Amino acid sequence: MPAPSTPFAFRKHLGWCLLLLGALWSGAAHALSPEDAWALAEGDNATRIEALNRLALSDSQRAHELVRALAREAVQVQGQQVLIVDNGRWIDAATGAAVDGTGAVAVMLNNRMRNALEQTLAVLDLFDPDPARQQAAAQRLRESQLTRPDPVLAAQIERALLPPYGQRLVAPARLALEQAQAVVWLGSADATQRLAAAQVLAELSQPLVRNRLAEQLELEPDPAVQQALRDAVASIDRTLALAEVVRQVFTGLSLGSILLLVALGLAITYGLLGVINMAHGELIMIGAYATFMVHVLFQQFLPGWFDWYLLAALPIAFLTAALVGALMERGVIRWLYGRPLETLLATWGISLILIQLVRSTFGAQNVAVVSPQWMSGGVEVMSGLTLPWNRIFIIAFAAAVVIGVALFIGRTRMGLFVRGVTQNRSMAACMGVNTARIDTLAFAFGSGIAGLAGVAVSQIGNVAPDLGQQYIIDSFMVVVLGGVGQLAGTVYAAMGLGVVNKFIEGWAGAVLAKIAVLVLIILIIQKRPQGLFALKGRSA
Amino acid sequence: MTDITRSDLYSLTVPSKPLFGRAGWSAFLSAALVVCVVVPVLNLWVPEGHALHMSDFMVGLLGKILTYAICALAIGMIWGQAGILSLGHGLFFALGGYVMGMYLMRQIGADGVYGSALPDFMVFLGWTELPWFWALSHSFVATLLLVVLVPGGLAFLFGYLAFRSRITGVYFSIITQALTLAAMLLFFRNETGFGGNNGFTDFRRILGFPLASEEMRVILFAVSGITLLGFVLLARWLLLSKFGRVLHAIRDAESRVMFCGYNPLHYKLSIWVISAAMCGVAGALYVPQVGIINPSEMSPANSIEMAVWAAVGGRTSLIGPIVGAFVVNGAKSVLTVSFPEFWLFFLGALFIVVTLFMPNGLAGLAKQTWNRFRGVRT
Amino acid sequence: MQRRTTLKAISAAAAASSVGALGASAAFANTAEPIRIGVLHSLSGTMAISETVLKDTVLMAVDEINGRGGVLGRRLEAVVVDPASNWPLFAELSRRLLTQERVAAVFGCWTSVSRKAVLPVFEELNGLLYYPVQYEGEEMSPNVFYTGAAPNQQAIPAVEYLLSPDGGSARRFVLLGTDYVYPRTTNRILRAFLRTKGVNDANIMEEYTPFGHSDYQTIIARIRRFAGQGVKTAVVSTINGDSNVPFYREFGNQGLRATDVPVVAFSVGEEELRGVDTRPLVGHLAAWNYFMSLQNPANTEFIRKWTAFARARNIAGHRERPLTNDPMEATYIGINMWRQAVEQARSIEVDRVRVAMRGQTFQAPSGFQVRMDDRNHHLHKPVFIGEVRADGQFNVVWRTRTTVRAQPWSPFIPGNDRRPETPQRTR
Repeated sequence: MPAPSTPFAFRKHLGWCLLLLGALWSGAAHALSPEDAWALAEGDNATRIEALNRLALSDSQRAHELVRALAREAVQVQGQQVLIVDNGRWIDAATGAAVDGTGAVAVMLNNRMRNALEQTLAVLDLFDPDPARQQAAAQRLRESQLTRPDPVLAAQIERALLPPYGQRLVAPARLALEQAQAVVWLGSADATQRLAAAQVLAELSQPLVRNRLAEQLELEPDPAVQQALRDAVASIDRTLALAEVVRQVFTGLSLGSILLLVALGLAITYGLLGVINMAHGELIMIGAYATFMVHVLFQQFLPGWFDWYLLAALPIAFLTAALVGALMERGVIRWLYGRPLETLLATWGISLILIQLVRSTFGAQNVAVVSPQWMSGGVEVMSGLTLPWNRIFIIAFAAAVVIGVALFIGRTRMGLFVRGVTQNRSMAACMGVNTARIDTLAFAFGSGIAGLAGVAVSQIGNVAPDLGQQYIIDSFMVVVLGGVGQLAGTVYAAMGLGVVNKFIEGWAGAVLAKIAVLVLIILIIQKRPQGLFALKGRSA
Repeated sequence: MTDITRSDLYSLTVPSKPLFGRAGWSAFLSAALVVCVVVPVLNLWVPEGHALHMSDFMVGLLGKILTYAICALAIGMIWGQAGILSLGHGLFFALGGYVMGMYLMRQIGADGVYGSALPDFMVFLGWTELPWFWALSHSFVATLLLVVLVPGGLAFLFGYLAFRSRITGVYFSIITQALTLAAMLLFFRNETGFGGNNGFTDFRRILGFPLASEEMRVILFAVSGITLLGFVLLARWLLLSKFGRVLHAIRDAESRVMFCGYNPLHYKLSIWVISAAMCGVAGALYVPQVGIINPSEMSPANSIEMAVWAAVGGRTSLIGPIVGAFVVNGAKSVLTVSFPEFWLFFLGALFIVVTLFMPNGLAGLAKQTWNRFRGVRT
Repeated sequence: MQRRTTLKAISAAAAASSVGALGASAAFANTAEPIRIGVLHSLSGTMAISETVLKDTVLMAVDEINGRGGVLGRRLEAVVVDPASNWPLFAELSRRLLTQERVAAVFGCWTSVSRKAVLPVFEELNGLLYYPVQYEGEEMSPNVFYTGAAPNQQAIPAVEYLLSPDGGSARRFVLLGTDYVYPRTTNRILRAFLRTKGVNDANIMEEYTPFGHSDYQTIIARIRRFAGQGVKTAVVSTINGDSNVPFYREFGNQGLRATDVPVVAFSVGEEELRGVDTRPLVGHLAAWNYFMSLQNPANTEFIRKWTAFARARNIAGHRERPLTNDPMEATYIGINMWRQAVEQARSIEVDRVRVAMRGQTFQAPSGFQVRMDDRNHHLHKPVFIGEVRADGQFNVVWRTRTTVRAQPWSPFIPGNDRRPETPQRTR
């Protein structure tokens, strides 16, 4: 039986037993000495961790309070006093008395301390009434067993699963503890235990678990257990492979949705006016900066509503970008009607001016756009596969925008005019459509969509004056590949490019994937010069 | 479509009238004189401190702009004369530069930081021998040939595929951007074997002569100038011939040209490859003068700037693009020193103003003014 | 017709204003005999984000020096040019600064490419360049003074920290960088270093992404897999500039935490954190020779001066939230040491200043007295490891006791032991 590798682990188990007893008696608010509090707050990390063990071991309510406060980074030091700060009020950690801590300095934590605190809290939290905390604590113990299986801890876990303690565990926590137990049972002398362990662990699809099972398979004498192990490994492999496929598809969709958002506006204006707007990237950038401004306003004036600033940013970014687009169209592009190559150059000039304008106003540095709470983090759909919330929302957002644009183009009167002018300008003019006004409105609409893309992009990457330059070539590629006149072309092209890019990236790396995609587009255009989904017909 | 026979080729290339009139030849010869005699004298023989002395810095700057002018001339030929707007010619310029750069890197020999026969960047990547595509880089003659063949070959391949499918207009311009971006990404990779982001630098000598000397700088300047003048003659010859007239016809009405029995593919492809080779030569002259080549030369923005030189100067005329290159790059040199924050505003405004108000560029403006002047006189 | 007259009006106005500007500058130049120094930092293009603030640091130092009587009794004047993140333009402008503007010294460059582009010019014309950014070493020019960190003053101590218990006792490493010479050389050195510490190649994962890369989903999934094998893993990031934001965001969003897989970065400082939501970064590390959060009198003074200067000159971003960082400190040290060397040599001639630079000391804002080595043109600097705080500053979790001497020729690259200890003229 291998000895526990660090003194800390050993003490944790001792503390474990005593804490279980202490939990039963809960409530004895024994004193926490100022020296102990100081030892936890200041000094070198090894002694601080020893102090942490002592405090966890003790049955003092105040000690546990201090440990929890330290984990939330709410402990400060003033003079020789250790203070806990809560909502702007300070209390002395040792006595609980209210204190004025205006000159207090925060206690320093580093990763090692944080790790140690997490381990300790796992022990303290296991019977916490909050189920989420329980589950987190149980999972922490399970991870600890997976990395370094410890029979002493295993014995305690076994006790925790039995009544009366077992009844206080919620189901997910119980499951995690059973899995932790199974890890140790894998190496047990009893074949039934090993068999049970293999069956329990088959559900835990982590690469580390798979490795352990495979290792055990090598040494396993009993055929029934061997079969169970083999089944378990196969099951985990299937789950991992499925997770990989899901991840591939998701990343491809995510990239595709971003490409779709940035290219959609360009496809509309190109389809209508036959001109590639080289300042399209800058319209995206303007949308991103508009989001930044809204975010700053909310931070300053409406902090309570901060998480909803994105909803306010959407119309504002749309309108700002649409306004700039309309100005561009009225001021420059309409004078170059029929000269697409010059329009290309003129819009490039506009893009340079827009970049320098933004750089002079906001500075050349990145600006910070903080994601709202509901966009941060991710959801763990399968073992080891976490899908970030911001990408999920952007995929949904892209779908919503596409539907919105489709409805606008297909169902409204304005959309009808836009379609008419795209298909046959002179005929539409003969039918009484004011083509000049349609041009401006459609260009503004396409620019507004670019603004919306800017909102999305601000949540994923940098917001800097040259943001547009990163997305402009990709937008072109989508438009060129997808052809004009049909929304579906842009959608398919964007999604296709996203998925193909991510697929190639999987085995060739990011750069080669991008190069391969560009070469692929050049080759596809040879075969179908009008794009994959171009409108057929003599006037197109 | 009939193939071009040998007699066709002959009739295609005979110029319809003498290359230049009296005024033209005098202008040409005086330009040659300035390049070969005046500037070297002002730099090497007129003492420093004298008002007429031309500094080394100025010679280097003008030499660089001369190579840019060659590119502008090439763009003028394919855009102004044949109606093909390429936003990726920076790639051919950079490829020519890289070929020359490879030769210059080999010429450093063992004088580099690592003291090895291999270029420095290969040493820090841990490579022990030269990749296959460096095989000919020790020979100057092979380098000269490759300077023309590599950009020309790539241009031939790309142009053939593109023109055969009748890709024109904006689509064509966009996929040239894709081409140059893909090449830039490829060259940025250190594994590709071209020095990655650092590119090639730290050159010492060419053909055994040190690069950093005053005489070499003047010689490179003169060679650039002569090359430019040579290409001007070539362009003039091509454009005055039937080849040129067919190009103009393709620019103005391609379908009609096809109905007349010409295959635009041959003409477009020829002018395309010639322009790419010209840019390659320009790149090869650029690199020893500037002392560094790096994948940013292939950036999409660089190629767009080349198009604006031609636009500013007047793309349909012969020397318009050359004038445009001098004006824009001269302004860039001045402005990035005096008003660095306003350079981009100026450049952007230039793009807009030229396309809106001066469709024929400065050359067109000059011609208009000249005509009005003459009109007033008579 | 209307267009032509408009055009004429515009060109006339432009001509008039440029003549006026030229005239004004010519008049100004004739009144005094100042000593001129050049500032060669990108004010536009991709590097503008990092380099613009260094230009302002030089200007602040110039103001300060002039306020104390100048150099050798003469005013100091800065000539600012914008090479616009364009490497050939760097070379051209450095030649211009040395030959046309006749500057006594140049403070500039950030990326290694820009430095390598201007190096031949400085060596040919015998100019003096002060280079303030951390770099990969493998260079020692007689015409450059390197005030930034060499790998043994940044990368190696950082990895040693990660190997230590305080750093997490990592035994597996992911070397993730942008694809150019600095990350490649640094990773080569680190690989050799790790081998001496018993970390073999199977436990090292090396990946490169291009400049401006923003989609890190695949790479982070791969890191997750690599780190999930039961051995404590750490990431050494030499990702440059812009790509840091999407990297950290994706890292956090995919559920990886600093306590599980810590990331130490060499190109992330206070300025880079300005544009970032720092919540997912708390606990990640950076290694520098200076942090703004250091508490000592020299730093307090430095920050106070910078704050006042930024407010007075209305510097975008810094007027609301002044930040200082390592390259700014290195620039400040460089220009002050140059001044001291000039005073000591009683001359601005490059050869005399070069000799006088040896052994120069300066009480740096890092709280240490830094010293220009007698021989190798690099500084002796302290090393700090900082952890990101939620407010965008760094908690210093480890520091060297004394300054560390630079080893530009890393002992971990074969063949470097034969290198000379002093800069050699190579042309």
